[in-house]
Amino acid sequence: MMQTYDLQANGLRELNAALHAQANDTNQTSWEIVNPRGSHAVAVGLDAPIEVSVKGSTGYYTAGMNKQATVHVHGSAGPGVAENMMSGTVVVEGDASQYAGATGHGGLLVIKGNASSRCGISMKGINIVVHGNVGHMSAFMAQSGNLVVCGDAGDALGDSIYEARLFVRGSVKSLGADCIEKEMRPEHIEILRDLLDRAGSDAKPEEFKRYGSARQLYNFKIDNAY
Amino acid sequence: MSVKDIKDKTPPRTMPIQSATFSNPINAEIRRAAATGIYDIRGGGAKRRVPHFDDLLFLGASVSRYPLEGYREKCDTKVTLGTRFAKKPIELDIPITIAGMSFGALSGPAKEALGRGASAAGTSTTTGDGGMTPEERGHSTKLVYQYLPSRYGMNPDDLRKADAIEVVVGQGAKPGGGGMLLGQKISDRVAEMRNLPKGIDQRSACRHPDWTGPDDLEIKILELREITAWEKPIYVKVGGTRPYYDTALAVKAGADVVVLDGMQGGTAATQDVFIEHVGLPTLACIRPAVQALQDLGVHREVQLVVSGGIRTGADVAKAMALGADAVAIGTAALIALGDNDPRWESEYQKLGSTAGAYDDWHEGQDPAGITTQDAELQKRLDPIEAGRHLRNYLSVMTLEAQTIARACGHNNLHNLEPEDLCALTMEAAAMARVPLAGTEWYPGKPGF
Ligand SMILES: Cc1cc2nc3c(=O)[nH]c(=O)nc-3n(C[C@H](O)[C@H](O)[C@H](O)COP(=O)(O)O)c2cc1C
Repeated sequence: MMQTYDLQANGLRELNAALHAQANDTNQTSWEIVNPRGSHAVAVGLDAPIEVSVKGSTGYYTAGMNKQATVHVHGSAGPGVAENMMSGTVVVEGDASQYAGATGHGGLLVIKGNASSRCGISMKGINIVVHGNVGHMSAFMAQSGNLVVCGDAGDALGDSIYEARLFVRGSVKSLGADCIEKEMRPEHIEILRDLLDRAGSDAKPEEFKRYGSARQLYNFKIDNAY
Repeated sequence: MSVKDIKDKTPPRTMPIQSATFSNPINAEIRRAAATGIYDIRGGGAKRRVPHFDDLLFLGASVSRYPLEGYREKCDTKVTLGTRFAKKPIELDIPITIAGMSFGALSGPAKEALGRGASAAGTSTTTGDGGMTPEERGHSTKLVYQYLPSRYGMNPDDLRKADAIEVVVGQGAKPGGGGMLLGQKISDRVAEMRNLPKGIDQRSACRHPDWTGPDDLEIKILELREITAWEKPIYVKVGGTRPYYDTALAVKAGADVVVLDGMQGGTAATQDVFIEHVGLPTLACIRPAVQALQDLGVHREVQLVVSGGIRTGADVAKAMALGADAVAIGTAALIALGDNDPRWESEYQKLGSTAGAYDDWHEGQDPAGITTQDAELQKRLDPIEAGRHLRNYLSVMTLEAQTIARACGHNNLHNLEPEDLCALTMEAAAMARVPLAGTEWYPGKPGF
């Protein structure tokens, strides 16, 4: 059964409270949020297999810390969309502002437009697919998970990266410290094919290059004179 | 006297003088730096002497102030944190809390001991970088969950399990710096909790990944409140740098509690140059922070927790007299558990240190078994006994603070006030804004 919620009329607190009240075995699985008008913290902290469709653009931290739920933004999303996501799916039809998917531990974040700077910063296992471009410092200190960029990447991609995998189809303006291009092996093509497929992109895995850590910053270097 | 006699006599010589500028410790550090090519990393807080609570004295009772009976008369120690917005504020029996110290920096048994001791004393403990462990949650009746820039182990389930949330902007030992857990301390469990491979150095970011500045912080706090149904108090922890403005901005961003940590505050590991040369002494932080709260009309409504070099009930009482609602302890709690205990002296010597000076906590070889992930060393700390020691120590500090408060005529620790204090030095008088002993004057006092 579809529930419609007017955010301007009924407010944020009641919305999140209603969504949090959904249990794993809920039958109120479809929610439509109208009039989001750039509100912050829309549909944050969800933890049930429900579908939430936001009709319009949102402010900061949409679907923050999501677990299980599918949140679909039919507009653009402000900074920190799906930050620290644990599982589930978040789809942004438009563009996403800074820090999309920051520190995410799991789940899939799809951005149909472009993402701004610091996309996937400190990511810890999340999969992010951006149909357009990503801004500077994307995947900064990225720990694990996959960032797929179907367009171009800005400056200092993957600076101080750990074990996350970065796939970029277009150009990379510059690579950050300790980030290097790496060989694309069959297993990477498979990971990429699956992610592109799930993200509804028709880009070909073979068109991408892979980037990752040179692992030169992993331990302090000491000149052991003694 | 013959010519021969004069020759035999050694002429008076200039005494060898050590340079105050190029002292032995400085020269040793120059040699160490020259040999290794890396700065010194260590744990603990500033070791240099800075103006501190020792430079303040209580005046006690007099003709115009009558004291309360030392043991019998009531002197309340309870404090409630998070009364501004949180639906479920934290109620503590004593105003001394345990500061955030990470699992990773500390062993599992050490965290357990902190939980046991604090719970027995009716106060809270705090997680740290690296997330919440079940042992810690299980043994702490009141647990504050730190929300740090690294977001290691950050998880909404743990957020909801916490009794309060502390957004860490900075720490007194290293305001503006991140953290470092060297590879040798990364056990399988620590690595897994932090989503990183074993054995590599783990940097903790110095800035939050998804917000910058007070306007963003306000929205971040909104998000945290929405996720936790506005139940939990939200603290904002800052290092002592610009306490007036940081406190005002934290209040503006919606904090329930401001935690202010001065430069003597401990850390698990950072560069020595950072610990010793960045930040304000704790004493210098309190009055400006209280001023900010008063200017905004929220003193006591937004609680102030002060940390950095708190060791005794006198320190607790002094911090509270200057306007703090509560204090937090890190280093002192570790010492109560057994850190730097002379009983391990021979082992400290083997590590090139001595009891009381051992600070290479990042190397994971702590003889006392506290700042280590080594399975054998950890066994040296019995969490039950160590927890009991912490409880005893907390209760002694509380009794000491009560003794002072009663002597000043107060039936509640929170009634201590600056008027109860004087300063021994000009510096302390200026920082604490209390008169130099025997005068009515402090530097900067209006009207002089
Ligand atoms: C071993 C150790 C680990 C620490 N880890 C953290 C941490 O993870 N997060 C944090 O905000 N502060 C951390 N701190 C700082 C304490 O929370 C607190 O600010 C400081 O210890 C207070 O000063 P004191 O040690 O003089 O009592 C740590 C301190 C120590 C000694």
